[in-house]
Amino acid sequence: MSDSVISFANVSRFYGEVLGINKVNLTIPPGITSLVGPNGSGKTTLMNLMTGLIRPTQGEIKVLGIAPDDPERLCKMVGYCAQFDACPKGLTGHQFIYWFLRMHGYTPAECERKTAAAIERVSMTPAAQRPVGAYSKGMRQRIKLAQSIAHDPQVLVLDEPLNGLDPMARAETIALFREWGQSGRHVIVSSHILHEVDQISDQVILLSQGYVVAEGEIKGVRDEVKEQPMQILVRCNDPGGLAARLFLQDHMVEAKISRDRKGLLLRTSDADSFYLLLNKVILESGLEVESVAPADDDVNSVYQYLIGGEGGAV
Amino acid sequence: MQLWSHQIAAVLRLEMKKTFFSKRGWWIYCLAAGPVFVTTLHWIVMARLRSGVGTGHHLGDDSIIFAGIFQFFYLRAVIFFGCMGIFSNLFRGEMLEKTLHYYYLTPMRRELLVVGKYLAGLSVALVLFVSSTALAFLTIARHFGQAWTDYLYHGPGMSQLGSYMLVAALGCVGYGAVFLLCGLFFRNPMIPAAVVFVWENLNPFLPTLLKKISVIFYLRSLCPVEVPVPPPFSVMVIDADPTPMWLAVPGLLLLSMIIIAYTAMSARQTEINYGE
Repeated sequence: MSDSVISFANVSRFYGEVLGINKVNLTIPPGITSLVGPNGSGKTTLMNLMTGLIRPTQGEIKVLGIAPDDPERLCKMVGYCAQFDACPKGLTGHQFIYWFLRMHGYTPAECERKTAAAIERVSMTPAAQRPVGAYSKGMRQRIKLAQSIAHDPQVLVLDEPLNGLDPMARAETIALFREWGQSGRHVIVSSHILHEVDQISDQVILLSQGYVVAEGEIKGVRDEVKEQPMQILVRCNDPGGLAARLFLQDHMVEAKISRDRKGLLLRTSDADSFYLLLNKVILESGLEVESVAPADDDVNSVYQYLIGGEGGAV
Repeated sequence: MQLWSHQIAAVLRLEMKKTFFSKRGWWIYCLAAGPVFVTTLHWIVMARLRSGVGTGHHLGDDSIIFAGIFQFFYLRAVIFFGCMGIFSNLFRGEMLEKTLHYYYLTPMRRELLVVGKYLAGLSVALVLFVSSTALAFLTIARHFGQAWTDYLYHGPGMSQLGSYMLVAALGCVGYGAVFLLCGLFFRNPMIPAAVVFVWENLNPFLPTLLKKISVIFYLRSLCPVEVPVPPPFSVMVIDADPTPMWLAVPGLLLLSMIIIAYTAMSARQTEINYGE
């Protein structure tokens, strides 16, 4: 297995008789990967397994070629911002990051530099000397994030990292994830805020009841959901005429014209045939098309199709 | 310095920062201050009485009283429960506060983490209980004035003080190791602590062989002044030859090291489970 991926080979984890995850096979490449699923679907179990906090009941995990039961090597490369809203008591934000960096073996000067950089990265410099116990939930979330990135890990694992953050902090945090993902590192994020997951993810892993339901790039995952007709939004000057032409084909399921009479929302069971037909119609009828865009290849739609229910909590 | 020593030093300093003068440990400070308060009160009251009519009690009486306080209160209550509070919380407290994962996510051997935390707990326990022992000893017969000073500097006083401090320190080492283990393995360390407490207090009444499987037996062997057991308990007490110092001290240290080594090796297999 490559040393640049995170791999799960037939991994199961049970808590007594309760299933955490079952027979998971995954290969996670660099970039931003989102874990999506309802509560109890196994997201945190998956994260705890890849960071070595728990062990699999069966199967094998490798994080960049390293087994998680080798914390001396693994934890140099992995940063984990866990879901627990707790920080060691009696420490300031600065001390919290500084002392755990010391446990990595850095010199005091290196620790000071890395601590300052991490705190600056999450815009917490003015509050760094205040006790963590006096922080708001959003500030605790940010200082936890700073602690997880302070040693510059190759793999950043984040369990619900946007919880408690105000819109400005969310935007900054998402920008940080993007920057890390684009620099060739692994960023694994679990989140219930699906439209934000959608914005930042290179790939998604959908989990339900301990099983991986789907994985890959969001569009690829959507394409695999054959039983759900694809939704496509076409903005043009004659949506009624276009709908009439398109309904001569068997694969068209539904069409809705928007209130402004400029948009047509179509549902088709064969997207490829639809695009070919659309090209033909444009050429034959001189239809003026403003835009053509898939309307349901986002995480929220995929979540609803595969798992059901309203996934897009905000 | 080696990496491992950097890491142990970091754990030690972080734990000291968290453990010393934490609000959660108020009862431990009270426990350590209790005997000093009693002996200081004894000094003040006796000093007033002596300045009046005299009390008829001798310096030797106070020496035996202190031996009784030390063996029955310090060793069995102050150091026992104090170490329980300090050492069982080193891991269990982190579990309850859901902060242990921060330590487990550092690239240090879990064995070193155990050693670092144990040393931090031991430092706190030694400062509290050894200094408390010394202060209580120095104040108990202070009202005898020059006679007490002579007893300390020209008599057996300093030697006795040294022995009590050594026994208090060994008590911290031994009970610390036991409660460190309990804190890592048991969700509620009070249950094993209660079992150990009963076992340690049954010690005088146990057969000779069983007596030797306890911390208190070795600690009592090292105490400089023997405390006579009053009737009717004296009938039930089974005498055993005290363990000589050359065997008791290294024996207790070895036993503690074995317990710590076992805890350290077990820590490698432990998982983060905050019970959610």
